[in-house]
Amino acid sequence: MGGAGGAAAEAARDAADRGSGAVYLVESPALDEYQADRYLAAVEVVCRRAGPDVILFGAGDVGRELAPRLAHRLGGALVTDCVGIRADGGEIVFTRPVYGGKAMAEVAAGRGPFVATVRPRVFDPAPSGGAAAEVVPVEVALDGVAARTRVVERQAEDKAGPSLEEARVIVSGGRGVGGPEGFGMLEELAGLLGAALGASRAAVDAGWAPAAWQVGQTGKIVAPDLYIAIGISGASQHLAGISAAKHVVAVNKDPEAPIYKRAELGVAADYRQVVPALTRKLRERLAR
Amino acid sequence: MRIVVCVKQVLDPELPQRDFRLDPDGKEAAPGRASRVISTFDEIALEVALQLREKAGGGQVTALTLGGKPAEEALRKALAMTADAAVRVDDDGLGAPGEGLGRLDGFAVAAVLAAAIRRLGGADLVLCGRQAADTDAGQVGLLLAEELGVPTVASAVSGEPAGEAVRLKRETPGGYEVVEARLPALATVTNADVNVPRIPKVKDVMASFKKPLTVWTAADLGVDPAATAPRVALRRLFIPERETACEMVGGDSPEAQAEALAERILALKVLETRGWRHAGAGLRFRPGGGAGQAASGTDRRRPRPGGVPGR
Repeated sequence: MGGAGGAAAEAARDAADRGSGAVYLVESPALDEYQADRYLAAVEVVCRRAGPDVILFGAGDVGRELAPRLAHRLGGALVTDCVGIRADGGEIVFTRPVYGGKAMAEVAAGRGPFVATVRPRVFDPAPSGGAAAEVVPVEVALDGVAARTRVVERQAEDKAGPSLEEARVIVSGGRGVGGPEGFGMLEELAGLLGAALGASRAAVDAGWAPAAWQVGQTGKIVAPDLYIAIGISGASQHLAGISAAKHVVAVNKDPEAPIYKRAELGVAADYRQVVPALTRKLRERLAR
Repeated sequence: MRIVVCVKQVLDPELPQRDFRLDPDGKEAAPGRASRVISTFDEIALEVALQLREKAGGGQVTALTLGGKPAEEALRKALAMTADAAVRVDDDGLGAPGEGLGRLDGFAVAAVLAAAIRRLGGADLVLCGRQAADTDAGQVGLLLAEELGVPTVASAVSGEPAGEAVRLKRETPGGYEVVEARLPALATVTNADVNVPRIPKVKDVMASFKKPLTVWTAADLGVDPAATAPRVALRRLFIPERETACEMVGGDSPEAQAEALAERILALKVLETRGWRHAGAGLRFRPGGGAGQAASGTDRRRPRPGGVPGR
């Protein structure tokens, strides 16, 4: 679903091409901009019509907000931030991290519909190709839905690079970076690699990086192919945020730092010397 | 403005992995030596509420919890942070006793909290942490919003009174937005540099013991315990094995180490072929400025160094 601009229709065609049984499309000028009350009304209408047993959302900002409210309206069950789904003797079992990632829980639903959010990038996208499903347009009268909140001010940073949640590569700095200037060095490397910039809570609390950059259980949950941790010790709440990263590389002076229990490659040296040299070498090799 | 902040008492989430154990039933974390604290984002929600009260030049902040007698410690902490009143709803007999972390689901908690808020005569604004530090689920606040049927703002970091409404600032990817919601409203709260929880002053700790702490049972609120049965079942709880053998890249000099590391990273075959450039030079982030900056003179837990030098 989405505004009248055609982006939603394009997303619908893409979904139809990836093995869906049916695709419902809601297009309305009322959905031009994300507003929870209206999006919720639209998704509720579609779900009541399609009658699914399981409703999945990506666990991004929108899914995290809509899924609980939809589950309440549908009288269903709810499980959030799943990293695994399997069928087990007729019931669907979801795996999700708890206690800041220190433990995993397996949860099954006692009643339907089962609404769940799925951690972004944990699952590979369904392949495209094959028989395309029908795209069914659904009319939803959204004019009567009161938008009970409204955005009165918006400040978008003119920021290059991908968002943390969608990034395939992340360069992230922690307390060991030592100050805001150090993040300039990280930015150079991130720019070269097309990476998003991240930070540990220690760096955010110190005021060296904005809260929006924070990676960890209390910040962004990320799942990049490559996570480069610079001066990050590896507190458990930070590791919880990168548990789905495919490869972790760490640069930290302290060879005993817990980050090395999670990283597969490490350099126990001063990042101020290693990172500029690493950036230079990679630039040469990538011919950028 | 009458603000209710929902708080949950949890085992200290800062407990390191090496000290983390499950209880013998394997249904929840073993307390061990971990202390019990207010869940991280709930404490932040309290801070946002107290700042709002200051900006409004008055009002009442009530801390509300669902839990056993020990949860009153969390309420005392809230009162010491200068909340005006506190309410505990006793959880005895609710949910699925013996199921540990799976005992109460978000729906049950939200229904009980909604009943308590109605019993309080309603609230202009209800604040909840984004997610609890034990279940990490992020459900209760949004389910409570549906129970109460009020305008909802997710992941706010600060608020400003605006007459019959409240303006809440939210961080967005690479920026922020200010959302206005008519009162009564509910917001979930996340962390930012403007809402680091205050450390209670000694005199406020002393004063907290004289503040009202009310205890209600589910029966007092007309909540049927049978209606609090969880809709999901905890099938298994386990501690994942995830120790990676780390290859430490050596070398005689930082240059050599960097070269070896570059080769090993390239061998992972995960790097894209094109990079990006920032539109402008340097970082755009500047701490200490912008709308919604707290102007409270309260002591801060994590004092920060001065601003970022200009460039």
